[in-house]
Amino acid sequence: MYGYAGTLLRVDLSNKAVRREPLPDSLVANFIGGRGFVAKMLYDEIPPGIGPFDPENMLIAATGPLTGHFLPASGKTHFGTKSPATGGYADSNMGGHFGPQMKYAGYDVLVITGKAERPSYLFINDDAVEIRPAAEYWGDGSITAEKKFKDHLGEDYQVITIGPAGENLVRYACISHDFGRQAGRTGVGAVMGSKNLKAIAVKGTGSISVADLKKAYAKGKEAYQKVMAKPGFEGWTPEGTAGITNWTNEVGVFPTRNFQTSHAGHYKNINGKAILERLKITDKGCFSCPTPCGKYGRTRTPAGSAYVEGPEYETIALFGGNCVLKTIEEVAYANYLCDELGIDTISAGVVLGWAIECFHKGILSRDEIGREIDFSDLDAVVYLLHKIAKREGIGDLLAEGVKIAAERTGKGSERFAIHVKGLEWSGYECRNAPSMMLAYLTADVGAHHNRAWVLGHDIAGAWTNVHDLIASETEIEAQPKAVASEHCAEYVIASQHKRSLFDALGNCRLQMMELGFEEEHYAELFSLITGVTKTWEDLLEISERIWHLTRAFSVREISGFGRHLDLPPARLTEDPIADGPNEGHVISREDIHQLLTWYYSARGWNEDGIPTKETLLSNGLSEVVDDFEARGLFY
Amino acid sequence: MELKAIHENCSGCSTCLLACAIENFREVNPSKSLLCIEARFPAPGDYRIHLCDQCGVCADNCPEDAIQLKNGAYIVDPETCTGCMICVEVCPHDVMFEQKNSDIPVKCNLCGECAETCPRNAIVWAKNQESEVA
Repeated sequence: MYGYAGTLLRVDLSNKAVRREPLPDSLVANFIGGRGFVAKMLYDEIPPGIGPFDPENMLIAATGPLTGHFLPASGKTHFGTKSPATGGYADSNMGGHFGPQMKYAGYDVLVITGKAERPSYLFINDDAVEIRPAAEYWGDGSITAEKKFKDHLGEDYQVITIGPAGENLVRYACISHDFGRQAGRTGVGAVMGSKNLKAIAVKGTGSISVADLKKAYAKGKEAYQKVMAKPGFEGWTPEGTAGITNWTNEVGVFPTRNFQTSHAGHYKNINGKAILERLKITDKGCFSCPTPCGKYGRTRTPAGSAYVEGPEYETIALFGGNCVLKTIEEVAYANYLCDELGIDTISAGVVLGWAIECFHKGILSRDEIGREIDFSDLDAVVYLLHKIAKREGIGDLLAEGVKIAAERTGKGSERFAIHVKGLEWSGYECRNAPSMMLAYLTADVGAHHNRAWVLGHDIAGAWTNVHDLIASETEIEAQPKAVASEHCAEYVIASQHKRSLFDALGNCRLQMMELGFEEEHYAELFSLITGVTKTWEDLLEISERIWHLTRAFSVREISGFGRHLDLPPARLTEDPIADGPNEGHVISREDIHQLLTWYYSARGWNEDGIPTKETLLSNGLSEVVDDFEARGLFY
Repeated sequence: MELKAIHENCSGCSTCLLACAIENFREVNPSKSLLCIEARFPAPGDYRIHLCDQCGVCADNCPEDAIQLKNGAYIVDPETCTGCMICVEVCPHDVMFEQKNSDIPVKCNLCGECAETCPRNAIVWAKNQESEVA
């Protein structure tokens, strides 16, 4: 099997059993890799109705056919599980060097089930696979633990860890790697913690076979040259994702003060330029990447000093905007603390913004919280993050995520709990961006931007790539009211298939989406590496199949699943944006429902967002049809 | 000519390692690379590239004279080498390597693939000191 390592490694922590299986041909042919493997295995193997922290839940780490090969940015690993955030489908991808190392060790996929009796870590050195005790690491921060593992095992091991938040089942705990990269979203770190699994360390010294190595290597070199010749390369690389902070503020999509507004007046004090001038030591790239997003540096604040990778755009948006931290040093310190505690910065920024607004409104009291908290208050952020990671006091409530915390708190706090399906909203405010709004509502993991990024259509009408869009001249001026149309559904679906395809291929999408590197190169590389000739359109068809499958998983796993779970919180449809370029704009409930109707229709789903029998069959998912019929899920 | 590392340009992406292994061993397997990158994290937070500058310490210490200078690169003669691995121990840059399934050490032959493929200009060709003197 060219391109792949060819083996699936199963580890049952309850029974201390390790088993190797050949990677099934049908899985490869029909689901490519990465998120495709995750979706298929979760659907087929998870006992329906289990809780995310039950031992039966699976934690899957899956690479794709491009992972570890010679082409720009082939360093992705895709983690999947039943979601602690939503109860439905979850995945979260991570850069760095872990996935390639898994393949060099001989494994495309790791499947972790069961629960270790005591804190443990998984040790993999090529064929040697051992479940080892981890008592001496339990309680350590993610970064501290990674350093200890490398000191003990050797620098050539690639390590993933969880921090105290994962150990304590914080629903938005992340998996950490390479001193600053994370599988941040959906609570995959909490599932790892529920299994008493502190870390996985892997070292691989094998090679991955390639169908036509000579041509694939030449094509890979050509790909680097073409990426580096893109006009956006010189513009994007220095600041990475932080470089879009100016643009998102100037067009008014920067979530601020718990989404009360979409523009932060201090944005030039927390942007990419501030990182370069005040924090950065080195660019820090993922495996084989010519355009490193990671800016590693050192921050100094009255609350503390730290080495930290980042902050990247999302952390800037959710801590610099949503919690209104006023300097890049403060944002970076919050970033460091989340990394060390093992907390997703996006969800944390939303949860903290909600808590601060609850305090302002008298919904949460000083006694309940343990101190006064406010926006622009780094000490309050530090206090709350520690409480959350340990589930102490108010932290126990906040560790549940903003949906459950608001449901328990009540008093109207649900209307400004910013999430979809239970996953906190990431860094783009959408009350005047109907396409991007629809992307958030229909993303299969909850309110995350990675499945479709279509802001360009809302703001510029059309666009080729993100860098060209943000590099065009922008000024802070009032934005016209954006109009919801049937095209919004087309844009979102096209983007959902394209971007999600990269999560199956095991490669980063940035070179295509942000720099405009042409998509057909990836199909050529796929064909040369695997020896199976496929066009980009062939691959997109599989991406569509995976999309229907993840939806089907959530339909099965979330009781009463339907349109109501694709709706935004009341704030986004009722509270006009407070100030900035989009002041006064709001999207109506009617527009939201119309957008969803257009989307469901274009997808071949019924009026309640359930895939129809015909749609599942035409996408090669007959086994899901059988399962749905047996469970009475069609209606 | 020799290869020169500009450490501050390195982002740790390891493209060079992969290119080296493909060019010299026809394998997608960076563990076989003839150079290495030291990632110094969490502090001081930077990278150090370890590559062969053809200093000749390996040849000077080889008891069999199995390492000879050819076209600017020190090359291990597999016929003469006895696999004692003294060269691996004495290399000042830790870039003489033992490999699985091989009785003799391996080292950089100045193919330059790392410099050609580095997307960061962190490995470049430079005139060596001897040629500058000449």
